[in-house]
Amino acid sequence: MVLLSRKATCNSHGQDSSYFLGWEEYEKNPYDVIKNPQGIIQMGLAENQLCFDLLESWLEQNTDVACFKRAGQSIFRELALFQDYHGLSSFKNALADFMSENRGNRVSFDSNNLVLTAGATSANETLMFCLADPGDAFLLPTPYYPGFDRDLKWRTGVEIVPIQCSSTNGFCITKLALEEAYEQAKKLNLNVKGILITNPSNPLGTTTTQTELNILFDFITKNKNIHLVSDEIYSGTIFNSSEFVSVMEILKNNQLENTDVLNRVHIVYSLSKDLGLPGFRVGAIYSNDKDVISAATKMSSFGLVSSQTQHLLSSLLSDKKFTENYLRENQKRLKNRQRKLVLGLEAIGIKCLKSNAGLFCWVDMRPLLSSKTFEAEKDLWKKIVYEVKLNISPGSSCHCEEPGWFRVCFANMSEETLKLALKRLKKFVDDGNSKRSCQKSESQKLKGSRKKTMSNVSNWVFRLSFHDREAEER
Amino acid sequence: MKQLSTKVTSNGHGQDSSYFLGWEEYEKNPYDEIKNPNGMIQMGLAENQLCFDLIESWLVKNPDAASLKRNGQSIFRELALFQDYHGMPEFKKAMAEFMEEIRGNRVTFDPKKIVLAAGSTSANETLMFCLAEPGDAFLLPTPYYPGFDRDLKWRTGAEIVPIHCSSSNGFQITESALLQAYQQAEKLDLKVKGVLVTNPSNPLGTALTRRELNLLVDFITSKNIHLISDEIYSGTMFGFEQFISVMDVLKDKKLENTEVSKRVHVVYSLSKDLGLPGFRVGAIYSNDEMIVSAATKMSSFGLVSSQTQYLLSALLSDKKFTSQYLEENQKRLKSRQRRLVSGLESAGITCLRSSAGLFCWVDMRHLLDTNTFEAELDLWKKIVYNVKLNISPGSSCHCTEPGWFRVCFANMSEDTLDLALKRLKTFVESTDCGRMISRSSHERLKSLRKKTVSNWVFRVSWTDRVPDER
Repeated sequence: MVLLSRKATCNSHGQDSSYFLGWEEYEKNPYDVIKNPQGIIQMGLAENQLCFDLLESWLEQNTDVACFKRAGQSIFRELALFQDYHGLSSFKNALADFMSENRGNRVSFDSNNLVLTAGATSANETLMFCLADPGDAFLLPTPYYPGFDRDLKWRTGVEIVPIQCSSTNGFCITKLALEEAYEQAKKLNLNVKGILITNPSNPLGTTTTQTELNILFDFITKNKNIHLVSDEIYSGTIFNSSEFVSVMEILKNNQLENTDVLNRVHIVYSLSKDLGLPGFRVGAIYSNDKDVISAATKMSSFGLVSSQTQHLLSSLLSDKKFTENYLRENQKRLKNRQRKLVLGLEAIGIKCLKSNAGLFCWVDMRPLLSSKTFEAEKDLWKKIVYEVKLNISPGSSCHCEEPGWFRVCFANMSEETLKLALKRLKKFVDDGNSKRSCQKSESQKLKGSRKKTMSNVSNWVFRLSFHDREAEER
Repeated sequence: MKQLSTKVTSNGHGQDSSYFLGWEEYEKNPYDEIKNPNGMIQMGLAENQLCFDLIESWLVKNPDAASLKRNGQSIFRELALFQDYHGMPEFKKAMAEFMEEIRGNRVTFDPKKIVLAAGSTSANETLMFCLAEPGDAFLLPTPYYPGFDRDLKWRTGAEIVPIHCSSSNGFQITESALLQAYQQAEKLDLKVKGVLVTNPSNPLGTALTRRELNLLVDFITSKNIHLISDEIYSGTMFGFEQFISVMDVLKDKKLENTEVSKRVHVVYSLSKDLGLPGFRVGAIYSNDEMIVSAATKMSSFGLVSSQTQYLLSALLSDKKFTSQYLEENQKRLKSRQRRLVSGLESAGITCLRSSAGLFCWVDMRHLLDTNTFEAELDLWKKIVYNVKLNISPGSSCHCTEPGWFRVCFANMSEDTLDLALKRLKTFVESTDCGRMISRSSHERLKSLRKKTVSNWVFRVSWTDRVPDER
C-alpha cells in the first residue's frame, strides 16, 4: 500500500531540474571577496540588497518598534496573542497606502480588500485554491518564474497553459498568442479559469505595456468567467514610476469599476523584492470580490504573517517620510545598477532585452549557442556555471520557447562583485570568440535543425534523483 | 458556470456553526473590569496568558534578540534575506531541545527531522497533504478540536471518521471504538491513512494513558497506517502523572528506527506552552525522510518569519529560562485549574478529572432539560446570553453525548475567573427548582442517550467570523 500521498512522492514541486544544479554548485563553492575569490558568483537570486542601509538607519532611529513597544508602552502581550486572520489593521492600512504610493497615488487601495499571507508564494497558491478547482487551468505568458509550477499547481491540482511570447516583439503578449493558448487549453480539455501575469515581469524585467493590458482586459471582458491575476511583486522596482501601469489603473481609467470585470481582477503583492525582506514572509492578495476576500482570509490561517513582523512593518510603512525617500532612492540605485550590468554586457558584445524594472536583466546569449537548441543552451549554461563560475538562470527553466536567453540578477551583490562577474564573462566570450570563428562552418550546418519540438518544454522534465534542494527564490 | 472554486462556494471551512454565535456576542459586548463589568467573559479561548511576565522580563534582560542584533551587532540584513525553508539551524536546535526538556529528556529529537510551519494549523494541513489523497480518511477520537474540520479536510479533500469516546470511561480510546471507526470508514468506502490524536487532549485536558498509546501504536502497526500525535499542549501538563509522548512509547517498545517509527509523526507549536499564537510557530517532526523532504518544500507556503525565528531561538536556547519557565508555567496552570474546578464544584458542577491543558471539560448534563443536543444548544445560549460567559458546547467538538462544555481558565485574570464562577453559581442556583421538576424526565431520556452526531449541521448565514482559536 502506498503510504504517502502522490503530492509527496511525485516531483511536481518542480525542484528536480538540472536548473538547481547551479544552486548546488554555488552552495559547494560560494564566492567570497576575501575567503573564496575564485568561487561561484550568485547571479540567479532575485534579491534586492541595495537599500538595507536605509532600513537599518530607520531601525536605529526607531528602536522601540522592534522591542514590542508602541508610544513607549510594551505591547508584547497584545502582539503575542494577536492571531486574527483579518490582520493588524494598522499594518494593512500602511500597506495599502504603500501600494498606492508605488503607483504614484494614481489609484487607492482599500485595506478591507487586502488579505495578508506568508509571502507571495502563499498568496498565489491561496488565490488558486479560491479561483480554480483541480484540473482547471490558468494561462501564463512565457517566460515565467519557475516557482509558479510549484506555487500554482502542486497542491491545488491546477494546470498552467503557456501563452507563448517571442523575442520578435520583445516578448510582448499578443492577441493571437492569448487565443492560441486558450484554444490549446480547450484541446487539452482544461477549463480556463484565468490568466496570471507578473507585472513588472520576472524574468523579463519589463512592465506590461498598455497595449498588452488592453488585450488582456478585452479578453476577460468578453469571457465573463475568466479572472486576471496580476502579480505586482516588483512594482516598487520600476526605475521610473510613470512607466508602470497597474491593472488597478486600467480598472479606473477604463471605468470598469461598476462592471463585473472589477470582481475578476486580483493583485498579488509582497515586500520581498521592493523592501528586500523575503525572510519576513509578507505577502498580500488584493481583490474586489467579497467572496474571494472572505475565503482567502480564512485560508490565510495556513500562512499568517507573524504579529511581531506586522507590528514592525506597520510602523516602518506608516512613516511617510521614510517610504517616500525609500521608493525614490531604491529606484535610483536599481536603475544605476542595471545600467552597469547592461553596459558591461554591451562591452562584451552581449545584448539584453530593454528593461525598465526588476532585479535582473533578460540577456540574449543566442549568438553564443553552438546550435539553436535547448541542448546547446544547457551546454552553454553548464560552461557558465562550471567554468566562468557564474550562476545564472537558463531561459528554459522559465519556459522560454526560444533557446539562448538567460536571466542575470544584479541587485544581490556589491558593485565590485558585479564588475568581477562581467570581467569573467568577458574573458569567456573573448576566448570563445576565437574558438567560434573556427567552428563557424559547423554551426552553419546545424542551423537547419532550429526549432526543437515545443512539447519538450511544456513539461520541463530535467529529472534527477529526488533529493533536497534550496528553495527557489524568485 | 461558476466563477470561484468549490472550496470557496461550499462551506468546508466549517465556520458556519452557531458555535461562532458565542464569538459574535462576545465581540459585541466584551467584558472589561472597568469599562464593561457586565460584559461577556471569554471562556472559549484556549490561550495561555499566565506567564507573559516571565517572557517580558527575559526580553528586557536580552534586548538584542528582538532588536535584530547579535552580540551588539546588527544582523538585520542576514535575517531580512533568510528564507531558507530548512529553517534557521539554531532555532530548530533550540526547538528540538525544548521538546526534549518538556519530555523530561527521556527521548531525543533530531533537529534535521523538524519542519517548521506557520503554526500547527499549517503543520497539520501540510501533514495531510503529505499523507492523504483527496477522499482518504483519518480517524480522530471524539471530542476533538473544531478547527480540525477545516485544517485537515478543507483544502486537502481528506475525510475525518470519528472514534467515538464516551464518559463511561473518561472518554478514553478503546480498542472496540478504534475498530468500529475503521470499519465505519470501510463502509463509507474511505481508505484509512492514519489516526490523529491530540495529546494532551483538546478539549478534554487529559493526557493519553500508556494503555491508550500502546493500543494506538499496535493498531497502526497492524493496519500499516500512520499515527499523528498533536502534542501542542505537551508543556501544559501540570498533573501528578508524567506526560507520556508517543515518542516515549516508541522508545519503550523498542520501535525506534523501525518501519513503524517512520509512520509516527509529532506536531508541535509554541502557541499554547509559551502563549505566542501571534508569532505563528509550528513544527512537524517525522522519522520518515521523504515526509520531511516533502513537508519542507511545502513549508514554503507558510514559513516562520526569520525575525521571529531569531527571537525565539535566543529565548529557547537560554536553558535557565526554559527550565524556570516550564516549572512556573505548570505551577500556575495547576493552581488556576484548581480554582476553576473547586469553583464549579461549589456550584454543583463536576469536571472530567484533568491534568493538562488550558481548559476543563465540564459536565453540565444535569442542567439539561432533556438529554439532547437541542437542550445543550438551549443551555449554551442561556449561558452566553444570560450568564454572559462564552464557553464551548461539546457538540461543536463532535462529542457524542450532550451536556459537556469546554471552559477555559488561562486566558483571564484570577478575579475575572472568580466573577465568572460567581455568575455561573447564581445561574445554577436560580434554575435549581426547575431542575428538580424535570429530573424525572431526565431519567426517562437517559436511555435516549446516544444521539447521532456525525454531521454537526448548525448552519447559519455565511458571514465572516473570527477564527477558532483552540
